[in-house]
Amino acid sequence: MQSYWKRNQQRLAPWIFLAPGIFMFCVYVIFPIFQSVSLSFYEWDGLGEKTYVGAENYIELMDDEDFYTSLKNNVIWLVLYMLAIPAGLFVALFLNQTVRGIRIYKSLFFFPFVISQVVVGLVFSWFYDPSYGLLNIFLGVFGVDPIAVLADERYVTYGIIAAGLWPQTAYCMILYLTGLNAVDPEQIEAARLDNAKGVKMLWYVILPQLKPATFIAVVVTIIGALRSFDLISIMTDGGPYGTSSVLAFYMYEQAFSEYGFRMGYGAAIAVVLFLIMMVYIAFFLFKMYRDERGGH
Amino acid sequence: MFKTTKTLVAALATSTIMTAAAFAGELVINTDTSDPAPKQAFQEVIDGFKAENPDINVTWNLFDHEGYKTSIRNFLTADAPDLANWYAGNRMLPYVNAGLFEAVDDVWDENNLHDQLASAKGSMTIDGKIWGVPYTYYQWGIYYRKDIFEEQGIAVPTNWDEFKAAGETLKAAGVTPITIGTKYLWTAGGVFDYLNLRTNGYDFHMALTKGEVAWTDDRVKATMANWKELLDAGFFIENHAAYSWQEALAPMVQGEAAMYVMGNFAVAPLREAGLTDDQLGFMQFPMINPDVPMAEEAPTDTIHLTANGKNKENGKKFLAYLARADVQTQINETLGQLPINSGSSVGDDKFLKAGYEMLSNTDGGIAQFFDRDAPAEMAKAGMEGFQEFMVKPERLDKILERLEKLRQRMNK
Repeated sequence: MQSYWKRNQQRLAPWIFLAPGIFMFCVYVIFPIFQSVSLSFYEWDGLGEKTYVGAENYIELMDDEDFYTSLKNNVIWLVLYMLAIPAGLFVALFLNQTVRGIRIYKSLFFFPFVISQVVVGLVFSWFYDPSYGLLNIFLGVFGVDPIAVLADERYVTYGIIAAGLWPQTAYCMILYLTGLNAVDPEQIEAARLDNAKGVKMLWYVILPQLKPATFIAVVVTIIGALRSFDLISIMTDGGPYGTSSVLAFYMYEQAFSEYGFRMGYGAAIAVVLFLIMMVYIAFFLFKMYRDERGGH
Repeated sequence: MFKTTKTLVAALATSTIMTAAAFAGELVINTDTSDPAPKQAFQEVIDGFKAENPDINVTWNLFDHEGYKTSIRNFLTADAPDLANWYAGNRMLPYVNAGLFEAVDDVWDENNLHDQLASAKGSMTIDGKIWGVPYTYYQWGIYYRKDIFEEQGIAVPTNWDEFKAAGETLKAAGVTPITIGTKYLWTAGGVFDYLNLRTNGYDFHMALTKGEVAWTDDRVKATMANWKELLDAGFFIENHAAYSWQEALAPMVQGEAAMYVMGNFAVAPLREAGLTDDQLGFMQFPMINPDVPMAEEAPTDTIHLTANGKNKENGKKFLAYLARADVQTQINETLGQLPINSGSSVGDDKFLKAGYEMLSNTDGGIAQFFDRDAPAEMAKAGMEGFQEFMVKPERLDKILERLEKLRQRMNK
């Protein structure tokens, strides 16, 4: 026993340290995934008996307009939310200078990320308010009729995304600010000597050095886009008539809301969402694996 | 598997605690009455009950109103109180079907409640058994700006033509006839209920909400055609989908809108916003089809005995107490609502009196509300459809087809 431990100490120690984490991960992440998948083949109201319905939930999902609306909105979210990255970079470059009181400006720009998403949602609901909101007062100055952003199926998703971009830009900004601190001044000096400036300097000298920051920014922004639940819940509750819903919100609505409690159907939506995220996660893991190996 | 074990453990734990305490006379009540008035009302009822039954130790768990809707499912299975409040009609069906509520016919028999609570008996009955005790209800109807009506020389409309004419006069004066906030959908359900009750009557409305009639039926289309008349004439405020029901009160308070199809709970915030009883009036929703008896909407709140509770006798004692005429008078005085017990007296309030008068003379039947009469899934889809219809009336056929598809799936 003693010698077995001695011989394999190096090999076993990491696993022992990892064990609590692995245990938690299995209980709270891996196990529920399988549970959801199995639940998606049942019809269950959360109270009575479960009935096995085979692929029925999925068949219904294929024919469900609300599901496609949510799916489409999810894609819009994922694409437009990426705007937070260039916006954050721009703000970071702008703030990366030494003037009196710059710390105060930096904190002010970071402020939206600190306040709760619920507050952001409320602030933007008031901003969009068709009769008293700032947006429409502003538009009124130019003689534009008021637009009820949150009550119009054409604008509602974009309106919520704009609200989400506000804190997300601040988040990306802080990532880039720390990244800019690590930029090597000697390389900039060398580039200057070679007569690089402006956009060229940014593109060929600064940005490559910001690659780790960009990578993290992409990751947190994608996660942020998929977490859009709270803003939607606060600002529109999925409305008008379900047009601003995303998959996560639709799943919650079907499974847990006041009028829902279709656990099986909710689980089926969750499985589809999981599969979509799997594509991204697989790509992410693959890239990380390749980078760690040092290959290109 | 996991859940069952957890339930078992929880049940075991509670039963051990309960048996130890049962001799002292325990009673556990869960309610969602977290708003100030309902909270106060329940405090009074429980204090009164304690005074009459000093040997019973009452534990009262107060839940947040919204959170209760999900937590009731958990505590009824895992850690059941003896009594829990809920709503009448189809809304209690899942719990009755799952065997989580217990029938209380004996309480009704012993206390002569069949007579005293007769008006709510229908909505408390499922499968020929009675599943709880109703303690309060309130009327729905049209709350309107009396001063604006008088200014424009409009008499209270009693039929559809007068109603439309009144709207035209208001519009000509630059006032939007009806305010509504459909962000949380249910307000649109109230408008549909009344239009359908007035166009097709109570029996049809109940058959429709129960899923026995097709949504593509011509009678539903007739209801929607009436609704479309109002929409085409611009009766409702613009951008209603952006507002909650509270936010939609503002145009009425400011005199930009004159009417609100609402429940009596709207009176309190309207008064707080500064409207006096001289400015605010209540009217019955006007008649549309003269051949249809007038039915009204009056949601009922109820208390139920749970199947898994430990102190059934004490629970029944409390139910009998809550059903009493004097207790219902008192609780509804605090709530500002109407008592169910026919022996109770109604609080001294203009709107309560008007509502009581209207409901006592209702011969067409009393509906609960769209989301209590229709099963949850249908209610959600229906109200979403109504909201969409109010914004895009031209999509009516598509909306009705969608609802019909859902109905057929649910009836399978």
